[in-house]
Amino acid sequence: MRVGVVTFPGSLDDVDAARAVRLCGGQPVALWHASDTVSDVDAVILPGGFSYGDYLRGGAIARFSPVMTEIIRLAGLGLPVLGICNGFQVLCEAHLLPGVLIRNAGRVFVCRDQSLQVCSTDTVWTNDFRRDERIDIVVKHGEGNYTADADTIARLNDEDRVVFRYVGNPNGSTDDIAGVTNRRGNVVGLMPHPEHNVDPLTSASTDGRRLFVGLERFLNVAMAV
Amino acid sequence: MADTVTHAQVTPSTSQPWAELGLKADEYENIRAILRRRPTACELAMYSVMWSEHCSYKSSKLHLKQFSELPQTTPRGPLLAGIGENAGVVDVGHGWAVTFKIESHNHPSYVEPYQGAATGVGGIVRDILAMGARPVAVMDSLRFGPLDAPDTARVMTGVVAGVSGYGNCLGLPNLGGEVVFDRSYAGNPLVNALCVGVMRHDDIHLAHASGVGNKVILYGATTGGDGIGGASVLASETFEASGPTKRPSVQVGDPFMEKLLIECTLELFAAGLITGIQDFGAAGLSCATSELASAGSGGMHVRLDAVPLRDPTLAPEEILMSESQERMMAVVRPQDVPMFMAICAKWDVLATVVGEVIEGDRLLIDWHGERVVDVDPRTVAHEGPTYDRPIVRPHWIDRVRAARAEDLPRPQSGAQLAEQLMRLLGSPNLCDVSWVTDQYDRFVRGNSILAQPEDAGMLRIDQASGLGVALSTDCNARFTYLDPYRGAQLSLLEAYRNVAITGAEPVAVTDCLNFGSPEDPEVMWQFVEAIRGLVDGCRALGTPVTGGNVSFYNKTGDQAILPTPTIGMLGVIDNVAWRIKSGFVKAGHAVYLLGRTREELSGSAWAEVVHGHLGGEPPAVDLEQHRRLASFFVAAARRQLLVSAHDLSDGGLAIALAESCLRHGLGVEVALPGDPFLNLFSETSGRVLVSVEPSDEIELIKLANEHDLKLSRLGQVSPSDELTVEGQFSIRLPALRRNWQAPIPAVLGLVPPGA
Repeated sequence: MRVGVVTFPGSLDDVDAARAVRLCGGQPVALWHASDTVSDVDAVILPGGFSYGDYLRGGAIARFSPVMTEIIRLAGLGLPVLGICNGFQVLCEAHLLPGVLIRNAGRVFVCRDQSLQVCSTDTVWTNDFRRDERIDIVVKHGEGNYTADADTIARLNDEDRVVFRYVGNPNGSTDDIAGVTNRRGNVVGLMPHPEHNVDPLTSASTDGRRLFVGLERFLNVAMAV
Repeated sequence: MADTVTHAQVTPSTSQPWAELGLKADEYENIRAILRRRPTACELAMYSVMWSEHCSYKSSKLHLKQFSELPQTTPRGPLLAGIGENAGVVDVGHGWAVTFKIESHNHPSYVEPYQGAATGVGGIVRDILAMGARPVAVMDSLRFGPLDAPDTARVMTGVVAGVSGYGNCLGLPNLGGEVVFDRSYAGNPLVNALCVGVMRHDDIHLAHASGVGNKVILYGATTGGDGIGGASVLASETFEASGPTKRPSVQVGDPFMEKLLIECTLELFAAGLITGIQDFGAAGLSCATSELASAGSGGMHVRLDAVPLRDPTLAPEEILMSESQERMMAVVRPQDVPMFMAICAKWDVLATVVGEVIEGDRLLIDWHGERVVDVDPRTVAHEGPTYDRPIVRPHWIDRVRAARAEDLPRPQSGAQLAEQLMRLLGSPNLCDVSWVTDQYDRFVRGNSILAQPEDAGMLRIDQASGLGVALSTDCNARFTYLDPYRGAQLSLLEAYRNVAITGAEPVAVTDCLNFGSPEDPEVMWQFVEAIRGLVDGCRALGTPVTGGNVSFYNKTGDQAILPTPTIGMLGVIDNVAWRIKSGFVKAGHAVYLLGRTREELSGSAWAEVVHGHLGGEPPAVDLEQHRRLASFFVAAARRQLLVSAHDLSDGGLAIALAESCLRHGLGVEVALPGDPFLNLFSETSGRVLVSVEPSDEIELIKLANEHDLKLSRLGQVSPSDELTVEGQFSIRLPALRRNWQAPIPAVLGLVPPGA
């Protein structure tokens, strides 16, 4: 399992994402934001951070980077893509996922262990979970308030595309939405940080590992077919 | 037209604004004597900022010398760099070195809380970076006026947002620190920021400019008008004084630029392109050029007009004084310049050759071809004035010490004990501070083994071996007010204990000495006594002071702050998997107290919260007992003997029990031998609450005996949700928790919604 991890100049959790891939049996592949080729990877992670400073709006500039042009193309062909926190913001800005992430309702940065309810398990990344399972994943963000128009929210619910919901909403997100997927289920974006929940020495929960287990299972099945 | 050296020579009697720049008459005369002429405007600017209290340590350096007389060795071996460098460097084994330092950014944080605190974090991070280390974590020690004072919401909300906004954007986990409220900080908050960095032994870099012909490169942000005069004027004299130059703008931070600067600088180090480096802190270019030049073997020539500006109208003296953030200066061999520029371009960091190392020992600065500075850089950077300030033991100290808290009325029943415990736990200095710490990223980089609310932060340094370091920042300013010598030692011991009880061996100290005006002989007495206490304490503990800073003029009106020597303690643990956490984990575990409890209530949280009292003598100091305590915990950690450990400090056993219950929502049943009130609220130093599996009790007793430590069995973790003191009271945890969580959100607002 070769997983590309994109580094924008302001990426912060890229080292964590690479470590999580390694701990879960995969091989991380560093992808630089200025590169316009993405090759020889089975999946891509857009990690947390502040891609280009993000003074304007999270992910607003990153969406136009050379590496994103290629990732947008490959995502359309079915490449598994996981956007974590800032990565989720980039995916929304790139229109790979619907909606937008605005300032937290409390107007301050929130960092804490967060309980989540698993919703859709029909994605490349969440097939190791059971529907309605409760898991604990770290959240840490200032702009994680998921917002979309009513039609979009209704469609996400109807099409089973809400991946996680908060139990105890930390940021004011509509319908407690913590993560969503695209129609095909290969692109997932979420505000919580599964890469921080892989090592029992640094976090009480290791529930984050199961996204990588899910990816590996998907890749094995895809390979067998 | 610029005021050139030639012009200065022919216009000796031109009147100059030395007083407005914070210089004293004799200091100005001294500058004229050094130069054998009047200084140019640029030279005056440089001398005035570099000779300010903030940059020159003119009132403190006489006393700070004692720190460098301590043995420059830690329990883990000789220091790799000591006091005098940007930050001290400690050998932690396996070829790894750790550098750490704490610094104040107090006055700017009152004027502009967000930017003041943000740039405080930025400044200390660049100090660590300039040593060649990758910054890996920060901590912050914050002090504000009373929680319910009218201005506290403005200052505290801004400071916390500033630390959060800047630190989070750099990707540095914030592992903890302190939040303290006292009325002496109402007009003068304290923002002390600590940064720790990691490097291989071979990667240590010291600031100096050597090698004639080497290029001097300024890289990072452009230079603007922010913070001009900040170093000399704002940070050194009280901002109560009038006059426009006394209220300059506080610097504005750009954390994204700092993040680029970090990655870019580490890549430049790795490529071997840097022969000397200096961060830009207070006093900007004045400081960087004069420090680099005076520490090197040659002189330096700088073309000031080559400095990229964000405000083209800046005068040359303003460029020299500007404190624009996120800038560094490097000395680079000429053949390495193209590669240097290429790496900066990769990170979109602007880099400009602004000068070169020259023969001789002069610092020469030109402005559009005309010489505006011609000085011996040592006279600017290192040979500033030194003051032996008068010292007077305060006339009030005996009166204050005679008013002992041991004489105050005490609770008479179990119900009163319970009520007072609840009052303490719900008081601003003992309540839950997650309103603050939930705004900080403590997870980034994936090596945060312990973070708040643990007693100390712990970081993994080496994934393969599990080698790690622990860090704590502490100060008990109330004890220090009552007795600066003993109070400084008690603060040192609290930090020492907090590190030790995680299983790490305490090895070295950084300190941030926050005091009132050095021109007040009674404040100088507090300062000198505190230093003496720290020096004696550090000698006995075997932990050298590797660096830090001094912040004077902390006062509101005539009222000095409580003397606040903040201590940062570094410890080393061979395997982070052995770390000991705080908080009860499982019903049935046995609960013990290590250390002896004496009748020591003066300066305690009980005296403050219940009686609004500050008097008497602080608790006794036992340095030797602390060394035994530390070696006990190192041994206990290796054997994985303890389930939990929690330090007893403010609020004594009462607060330690409550916090240990609330950590994982487990109750406890204890029986207290002797006077239950003293057992609960006395603040005798050197005590730790531990829990163990019942099967390990004999082993625990043996180990405590071996270390000659008093050990008392208090009771056990209980399956109920109650904190019970037998024969006295029982409090349900939900009530305890509500009371503990309420104070800060009640004043500053609930964050976040739905929490």
